[in-house]
Amino acid sequence: MENLTFDLAKSSLRELNQLLHKDAKDGKLGKVTVLNPDGAHNIAVGLDCPVEVEVQGHAGYYVGGMNKIATITVMGSAGTGVGENMMSGKVHVKGFASNGAGASAHGGLLVIDGDAGLRCGISLKGGDIVVGGSVGSFSAFMAQAGRMVICGDAGDALGDSLYEAVLYVRGNIKTLGSDAQIEPMSQADLDTVADLLAQAGLKHDPKGFKRIASKRELYHWNVDANQEY
Amino acid sequence: MESKPAQTKHISREESAGYDSKTLDYIRNAAAHGLYEIRGMGAKRKVANFDDLVFLGASLSRYALEGYREKCNTKTILGTRFAKKPIELDIPITIAGMSFGSLSANVKESLGRAASEMGTSTTTGDGGMTQEERQSSKTLVYQCLPSRYGFNPDDVRRADAIEVVIGQGAKPGGGGMLLGQKVSPRVAKMRTLPEGIDQRSACRHPDWTGPDDLAIKIQELRELTDWEKPIYVKVGATRTFNDVKLAVHAGADVVVVDGMQGGTAATQTCFIEHIGIPTLGAVRQAVDALEDLDMKGKVQLIVSGGIRTGPDVAKALAMGADAVAIGQGVLVALGCNSDSYIQNGVHHSAMEGYAALGTAPGFCHHCHTGKCPVGITTQDPVLEQYLNPEVGAMRLRNYLKTLNMELTTIARACGKQNVHHLEREDLVALTVEAAAMAHLPLAGTNWIPGSNGD
Ligand code: SF4
Repeated sequence: MENLTFDLAKSSLRELNQLLHKDAKDGKLGKVTVLNPDGAHNIAVGLDCPVEVEVQGHAGYYVGGMNKIATITVMGSAGTGVGENMMSGKVHVKGFASNGAGASAHGGLLVIDGDAGLRCGISLKGGDIVVGGSVGSFSAFMAQAGRMVICGDAGDALGDSLYEAVLYVRGNIKTLGSDAQIEPMSQADLDTVADLLAQAGLKHDPKGFKRIASKRELYHWNVDANQEY
Repeated sequence: MESKPAQTKHISREESAGYDSKTLDYIRNAAAHGLYEIRGMGAKRKVANFDDLVFLGASLSRYALEGYREKCNTKTILGTRFAKKPIELDIPITIAGMSFGSLSANVKESLGRAASEMGTSTTTGDGGMTQEERQSSKTLVYQCLPSRYGFNPDDVRRADAIEVVIGQGAKPGGGGMLLGQKVSPRVAKMRTLPEGIDQRSACRHPDWTGPDDLAIKIQELRELTDWEKPIYVKVGATRTFNDVKLAVHAGADVVVVDGMQGGTAATQTCFIEHIGIPTLGAVRQAVDALEDLDMKGKVQLIVSGGIRTGPDVAKALAMGADAVAIGQGVLVALGCNSDSYIQNGVHHSAMEGYAALGTAPGFCHHCHTGKCPVGITTQDPVLEQYLNPEVGAMRLRNYLKTLNMELTTIARACGKQNVHHLEREDLVALTVEAAAMAHLPLAGTNWIPGSNGD
């Protein structure tokens, strides 16, 4: 197993991803450091092996998209859809993340040290997301399963049409979306938050978080709900 | 003997055109429930369609081919633009995307078997790929939908092509629905949803918004599959000229255009009947867009929505489609709206099942209820037994065979050795409406409404 440095200023994204799909999958690569990402889209998408990828700079859309098993670290910020549809493994953004971070993630852990944009954790399906800063509006929209820990504030309509995903917010919530409600923190919730913060390398008191989950009032067609749908 | 005067009391039955029985029913329903009607299948209203076109067969000016002796090629290749492994089909008739969840596992298996035997493709739907489906389908198109239910990179890698679904003809601008009766434990698990909930799918993709984003999303799918698999983009027919252009700009290998007659398992009736344009007008716009971009033949076009017969297929191809996709016709072949279902070679009456739904064979659109009287659109363990996968596969194979025979018959009559050589010049329209939508001359004239400033 060797460690490799890949310069995106000299070689193409296609070569990088091919290498990560083939050589890395064959167990030939331990860690791949990507230089000069320069906001390129689709860096390290569809990985399917325990390789470690470190992106030295800013990444564009979908970095770490549909990841399985691999660990991907972006030393800068990430564009739209970082870690979208992740199945397992870990994606860590040291800077900020744009819209739709962790969208529809089925598993794995997405950590964003800074803030995340709109719709963070939209359609979440079992993945875990920890955001060191704040999240934009419509985050966790229709989130089905999984957990989100937000250390800063949340924008408008947090958790709109939430299913079984659970959100933990430390700061202010501008507004809650339809069918989302604040619930008391149980010991299990405190343990969950402590565990996720530890995995993300963040230090906060779990007692400072609120729990948001679904009221489950929109699970069945409800004549009196009018425009809430 | 005393004779009684005849009863002459006159009962007035002057029906109102505006408040006909359909409208009265609609208002009564609305008043009773306070909720829009949700139903299955496609638009029921009459719209200009392929039946309004006829072929100009060969005569003195063209040379016909012998029906049985001279070969007529039906091979169809999709995804030649960027994909390293384009899709090769024996016939240009494919099975449209329908989800496991809306359909039972038996039906999915029937579709896969019949399609594989006929050398064509099937398509997954909202809710992911089942093992049975992958195993039974030689060529399987995997849909990437707004909901991303069950979407899995392993299935992307296992698929033969990926179809990014922007919209559906029955409901352009709307997401899917699956009512609680159909969210069985297996369906719920595949979609990561609580069992029995009334599921509403999102109508926008979670990780991209406009056409520029779509280009990046398509690139992601290409990177993920190492540029091997064709990427289709499916749009519901509305502003088709622009949408097809944008799909091509975004990098699609294949564009799928689904007209308003296209079916659904469950959608608001107001969507089905009032949003979207007829397939006939949409095909024309789609082909115009491809020609405008000089992409005809480079990006392939699949047309769906109300393709039922061999002539429909032939007309769609002549208009410029490379292939068609069929959903509702396939279900009808399996027994949808039939008065009986077949078990152990014996027909059993399904009348009670229809009656329980408050409908009758020929009128049923109750797929949303999950209580399909013939066992097609159901997750009920008893009902789903009504469709035997082998019987279903045989019936569907027969249906596809018939369509293909009709297609080649028409192509030969028009003097074509290849069904893809059918062209617009082979068609004329029977109605002014169809002539205007399809930009074809009215039969017996050289008048194309809207051309030359008329
Ligand atoms: S017979 Fe079954 S598939 Fe056909 S419309 Fe009725 S419920 Fe739907």
